[in-house]
Amino acid sequence: MSLIAEIPAVLDAELIRADFPILQQEVNGHPLVYLDNAASTQKPRAVLDALAAYYEHDNANVHRGVHTLSVRATEAFELARGKVAALFGIADTAELIWTRGATEAINLVAWSWGLANLRAGDEVLLSVMEHHSNLVPWQLLAQRTGAKLRFLDIDDQQRLDLSNLDELLTERTKLVSIVHVSNALGTINPVREIAARAHAVGAVVLVDGAQSAPHLPVDVPSLGCDFYAFSGHKMCGPTGMGGLWGRRALLEAMPPFHGGGDMIEWVELEHSTYAPLPNRFEAGTPHIAGAVALGAAAEYLAGIGRDAILAHERTLLAYALERMSGIPELTVFGPRDPAERSGVISFTLGDVHPHDLGTILDAEGIAIRAGHHCAQPLMRRMGVGSTARASFYLYNTPQDVDRLVEGLGRARKLFGL
Amino acid sequence: MSLPLESVYQELILKHYRSSAHRGEVEEPSAAVAERNPLCGDDIFLTVRVREGIVEDVRFSGHGCAISQAAASMMCEHAVGKSWDEIHRVADRFRDLMHGSEEAARDRALGDMRALAGVARLPRRVKCAMLGWDALAEAEKQAAE
Repeated sequence: MSLIAEIPAVLDAELIRADFPILQQEVNGHPLVYLDNAASTQKPRAVLDALAAYYEHDNANVHRGVHTLSVRATEAFELARGKVAALFGIADTAELIWTRGATEAINLVAWSWGLANLRAGDEVLLSVMEHHSNLVPWQLLAQRTGAKLRFLDIDDQQRLDLSNLDELLTERTKLVSIVHVSNALGTINPVREIAARAHAVGAVVLVDGAQSAPHLPVDVPSLGCDFYAFSGHKMCGPTGMGGLWGRRALLEAMPPFHGGGDMIEWVELEHSTYAPLPNRFEAGTPHIAGAVALGAAAEYLAGIGRDAILAHERTLLAYALERMSGIPELTVFGPRDPAERSGVISFTLGDVHPHDLGTILDAEGIAIRAGHHCAQPLMRRMGVGSTARASFYLYNTPQDVDRLVEGLGRARKLFGL
Repeated sequence: MSLPLESVYQELILKHYRSSAHRGEVEEPSAAVAERNPLCGDDIFLTVRVREGIVEDVRFSGHGCAISQAAASMMCEHAVGKSWDEIHRVADRFRDLMHGSEEAARDRALGDMRALAGVARLPRRVKCAMLGWDALAEAEKQAAE
């Protein structure tokens, strides 16, 4: 393809691919093309080694024993917190709380901050673009407290429509929780602007960073929000591992979320006092190996450079959008300006159902996501039942895009389009 | 190993997907069932009219992939004019087909449905092919009440 030669190399994806053992395989007789990175990313050797090394050399419980392994495990666990905090520009590592993922981070805010602060008649502002994990916790909380949910809409390019933001933000608005980058569309939302306007009415702001943490050079303090939730497995880390950043003053005023070991200072039969941050929100034995491996992932991403990763994804996105624009009956959703989106392409192809498309591409060794992307209200708002989604990461190449385009050609042929 | 795509997406299946004669709703339904596949968000709305133990008419609407829609269409085509006992026999046979039974793939009683034999080799899609049948089983229960 002549177009490939014109693509400037911002990072050496071929070299990077060698770091990812899982990519060196065939699926259904074809070399694997992995384009489901918005769902979960693959893990570099450095992360796999960190997991194995922890269990082979340092495994013990943290914050308890005086024995050497426990001390080592605790050090590795807290060192990892420092590495992830550094990646996100978080100066006070005690403000970074380990969770099972972005979903648990959002639930933590909903149940700890939300139950303590929301009353009947208060409002929570969300958007129609949210992942189910930034909708359902607030629905549950609204049912419990009598608070009302309100929603920002989208425009015809599936960007947030901020034209009525001033009407939606009132003295009743106690919390605004908005996705930074849409998992279903790749739309990058102006969270800094939204946070500033929400603060003007005294609302607390949570940013769902599940899709921005892996793909944008996020500096959390500069977002201007109060909470930031992220997921480890979407940024080269292990599953079951993620985190919540919150402002110290807010976190310290919040009641604990889960009760148990590790989160206490002193326990009586009838009552307890709680540990300082971050342990106060980390009840029970944590996913120690997961934290250590997420630390390795943070180091890996920092080593490659998140600016370079974003530039690489943008290059792939531009190339893919150009090649896909030549396919008849193919509709791409999301903002037209590549600067307003991450490396996600949500699309439909004629009357080929996205699941059939997913099966046909899988037969060619190409992994995409087909369905509602855990954003059913967004799909309904867009007037589609589901879409197909290809999403890029640092190890994808223009050849992967070519394989996708060829696969779509096969789908057209099979369906007689 | 290559997957049996040419067989799964053959003309007959696409014909049922795109222009089923059984889309819509029956008049004076004895049962109406809405089934969803939460995995993909697809849905089916099935209406059945039963008179004296015979399925007089059955129609479907909703959104879904070629496999789910074609399988539902073929099921309706087959079920019209049949007793529940006859329908059960074919439903069991169809389930065998989806589990890869070669004997079922040769069974003339399945008619057009044999075209779906290749779905057995796409295990993630068997649920799609069964969606209509699940709705029909629910409709039978409802009609009996």
